[in-house]
Amino acid sequence: MSFFFEVLLGGLLAGVMYSLIAIGFVLIYKASGVFNFAQGSMVLFAALTFVSLLERSVPFWGAFVFTLLIMLVLAWAIERFVLRQLVNRPPITLFMATLGLSYIIEGLAQAVWGAQVHGLDLGVSDEPFELGGMLLSQFDLFAAAVAGTLVVLLSLLFNKTRTGIALRAVADDQLAALAVGIRLHRLWLIVWAVAGVVGLVAGLLWGARLGVQFSLSLIVLKALPVLIIGGFTSIGGAIVGGLIIGASEKLAEVFIGPIIGGGIENWFPYVLAMLFLLVRPAGLFGERAIERV
Amino acid sequence: MHAILKKSTQLLAVASLGVMLFSANASAANEQYFPLQSYRIGPYAAGGTGFFGGFIDYLQYVNAKEGGVNGVKFTWSECETEYVVEKGVECYERLKKGLNGAPAAATNPLSVGIAYATLERSTADKLPLITINHGRTDSTDGSVFPYAFPLQLNPYSEVSAIINYIAEKSGGLDKLKGKKIVTLYHGSPYGKETSPILELLAKKYGFELTLLEVPHPGNEQQSQWLNIRRAKPDWVILRGWGVMNPVALKTAQKTGFPTDRIIGNIWSNSEEDAAPAGAAAKGFISITTHPSGTNFPVLQDIDKFVVKAGKGNLQDAKRFGTVYYNLGVVNGILNVEAVRVAQAKFGKRPLTGEEVRWGFENIRLDDKRLKELGALGLVQPLKLSCADHEGGGAVRFQQWDGSKWNVISDWVQADRKLLRPIIEESARQYAKEKGITPRDCGKEG
Amino acid sequence: MLYRESGQFVTSYRADQRVFRLWQERWGLALLLAVAFVMVPFIANDYWFSAILIPFLVLSLAGLGLNLLTGYAGQLSLGSAAFMAVGAFAAYNFHLRIEGMPFLLSFVFGGLAAAGVGVIFGLPSLRIKGFYLLVSTLAAQFFVQWVLTNFSWFSNNSSSGVITAPQLIIAGHDFSTPLGRYLLTLGIVAALTVLALSIVRSALGRNWMAVRDMDTAAAVIGISIARTKLVAFAVSSFFLGIAGSLWAFTYLGTVEPHGFDLTRSFQILFIIIIGGLGSVLGNFLGAAFIVLLPILLSNISNNLLAGAIDPGQLENIQKIIFGALIIFFLIKEPDGLARIWQSLKRRARVWPLRF
Repeated sequence: MSFFFEVLLGGLLAGVMYSLIAIGFVLIYKASGVFNFAQGSMVLFAALTFVSLLERSVPFWGAFVFTLLIMLVLAWAIERFVLRQLVNRPPITLFMATLGLSYIIEGLAQAVWGAQVHGLDLGVSDEPFELGGMLLSQFDLFAAAVAGTLVVLLSLLFNKTRTGIALRAVADDQLAALAVGIRLHRLWLIVWAVAGVVGLVAGLLWGARLGVQFSLSLIVLKALPVLIIGGFTSIGGAIVGGLIIGASEKLAEVFIGPIIGGGIENWFPYVLAMLFLLVRPAGLFGERAIERV
Repeated sequence: MHAILKKSTQLLAVASLGVMLFSANASAANEQYFPLQSYRIGPYAAGGTGFFGGFIDYLQYVNAKEGGVNGVKFTWSECETEYVVEKGVECYERLKKGLNGAPAAATNPLSVGIAYATLERSTADKLPLITINHGRTDSTDGSVFPYAFPLQLNPYSEVSAIINYIAEKSGGLDKLKGKKIVTLYHGSPYGKETSPILELLAKKYGFELTLLEVPHPGNEQQSQWLNIRRAKPDWVILRGWGVMNPVALKTAQKTGFPTDRIIGNIWSNSEEDAAPAGAAAKGFISITTHPSGTNFPVLQDIDKFVVKAGKGNLQDAKRFGTVYYNLGVVNGILNVEAVRVAQAKFGKRPLTGEEVRWGFENIRLDDKRLKELGALGLVQPLKLSCADHEGGGAVRFQQWDGSKWNVISDWVQADRKLLRPIIEESARQYAKEKGITPRDCGKEG
Repeated sequence: MLYRESGQFVTSYRADQRVFRLWQERWGLALLLAVAFVMVPFIANDYWFSAILIPFLVLSLAGLGLNLLTGYAGQLSLGSAAFMAVGAFAAYNFHLRIEGMPFLLSFVFGGLAAAGVGVIFGLPSLRIKGFYLLVSTLAAQFFVQWVLTNFSWFSNNSSSGVITAPQLIIAGHDFSTPLGRYLLTLGIVAALTVLALSIVRSALGRNWMAVRDMDTAAAVIGISIARTKLVAFAVSSFFLGIAGSLWAFTYLGTVEPHGFDLTRSFQILFIIIIGGLGSVLGNFLGAAFIVLLPILLSNISNNLLAGAIDPGQLENIQKIIFGALIIFFLIKEPDGLARIWQSLKRRARVWPLRF
């Protein structure tokens, strides 16, 4: 039984990491209706920039701030050259544009920083310690704490500041928001920049665990089912979705995997998400769209 | 709209220009050509840059020091495959004809997928396909696969040698009985390839085998390692590739499995596999067909003639002497040696692929010859023949000390006698499926 | 002047409903086919067949398959490669396990198997739409790959999971030379293209477009949405399945499940974005673009710039160019390269005048 809880706990902690990626998605989707496939590449780009700066003996916080600035520039460029040109296009077009973006960002990241694998040490050890017969690692707790802090900060940003209220207005109705004088372009810029920051944090945590390298951009694929379960528009949903996916895929791999042949983690979350969709077509916390002819 | 039309016509013009240029060939030269299907970007770039860096540097060194082989200089050109099969095929087709009249000697894709896709083409084009330390196991049987060379070590020998090493550590093959061994493999054909052999060995020696798959690309392995923790095996064989390796080591640490009980296979044995895991990799054991390091005369010569001259191929000079780089050098030594052997028979001129193949089949590397090459201890003694395209089948074991690999064993030989019938059976089946009549190796010189 | 319909009268409904109504179109098509079937075999060499023409044709067909689903029926899919894989592995097994199965028939069965799998993964489209549907197609992508790697039965228990093409012999003729493989591919692709052209002009095609443009409205005028969507998945997967078989057997000659990964799905999606959503011709233009651009870039850098650019960097640059082009097309020309052809035709019609 304690083994079951150990797997469950490990899964929940992995789920926290998925949530981090998913939050970046939710932010952008809420504000601009863009399903941003490039979030994974942004994670890669941020982490790669950061770790390359560290290796060029830039101090930790210097590298952090500099990477933030670069993510800001990136957000500005995306807003200026892509989003602004695609106003009022169908969501599917915007999605495909982000596919193009992910190619550009990945190419750029590798062109500038090279393709080697970089180790990243955040100074938090990943050594396990035992707690009631279960193994826990300090790093997991650290990651969970960071994710928690981030969620609190983002909720404050969304609920308490003027910008946040404007964001919610835009998410509710773009045209109405424009009509009352909200500056859409500036808001987009802010949201993409914040998503870049979230990407950086996620990149650092994932990078410390996996090494900073190309396959970081692939974790975007884990975030998709998380979003589906949590709904595209809810930060809380992203967290809950992440936990559900993390826990269930680990449990499935450990307990179902050996029966049907192992390695099922790649598709299990998707099948789970599909089952969820059949019951709730807009996710757990998503908003149900009403269609009129 | 007009702008786009204009642009597309321009593009067309450039396109035809590019194609024209490309089809133009200059006059023949006294050169031997190596088409390089290299990969320097993408998820497996670390392997590609090291391997092709070492290979190119060795060719440069032979050119610089000896003016090539008997006056025939080496030339090469690269074509980026990104480790993608169809790009590799395109590169193969583009480069196979040679360069400026210099005939191609052999292809070295360093990719199982590309090797498979170009296997039949290589036979049809009579161009040796070198898959050092990897490739199709049954291509060891040269009577059915005349142009494929899984030099030094094929996948079956690899696991056999690992099991022999474990036996050695436990005090003999009979002590394997009752031992628990977990194999953690990459969820791909490459990863699964050796499972039947492991099962066979498990039955033969009576150890308990658990096979665990890690889905590609392998950046999440917690559930697998929790399973390992539950099973409490004596050894874990890590059959990884790319990012899967450091993640495995990190997760092992996280779940409290001792690193010095993990044995990495031939694609889990480089600095790029261990270093990103940081402290978690300390103590990790892996097999290798060649030690890393720069203490071999041939590497010091490369340093002197090529790297110091500012012509080294590596972007990151620190990687000189690493596992992948040295594998490239070893590969260079074997390719050049094949050309040298073939020249002794066919004359001192650029050779065709068919002639180079004869060279490969007649490579005889003993300690004396290896010493002359400055590669004693770097390359294992190797004797190839028409029937045996592998030749060696021995590995050494190395251990990661946190910053570099240290060799911890002498050559451990695979049980090739046991594997040979399986290989022959598989080759025979392939021959039947494809309608190939095997060569009679008794008649080959 | 060149492309004028004046003076061409139709006198029967049959003639009015032809796919190619103008003689210019018919002659143009005949000429194109003549060039492809007769002239190209004389002028192209092995490199062109094996590395450019065959992949171009196969990818065009794959693009066509996805375009039927996404461009015509409006269902976004990221699982194209999975359906290709099903087609390839099913065709392989049909040919292997049923004695005396003709080669071409096994292709058809492979396509049908892919269609069946397509319908299964299309089922969720009845309840969910838009981005949510991506999940279903991605599930197909990962699930199919997992099944094909994990159950070695599908690859005839080959230890490496790689399947190799059987001998390409049809009615006693050996098609295994590069030229033969090219002609075989060309024949199949041409036939399927004609089929696709007819489908999109039929009632079925028009239903697809109605569902794409607004499914609620389509339902109101009496189109069965469920049937229309599922048929779209089936037909699209059939085309993709055949494309997969061709990819495995006439192009590479060997394939492993990993050869049909997510990257391939993206590649096919890019073909239809660049070529043009909702266009048959666009798939060919898009595929030509995707096949030729990388080769062109690397040739330019090797020959014109004498290798001044590191080959690895070149690939990065190419990635950036691809991404930029996709965004460029989405912004400037959402109808893709096919649109350029349309406007060429419009100009040819009034030529030598400008308007």
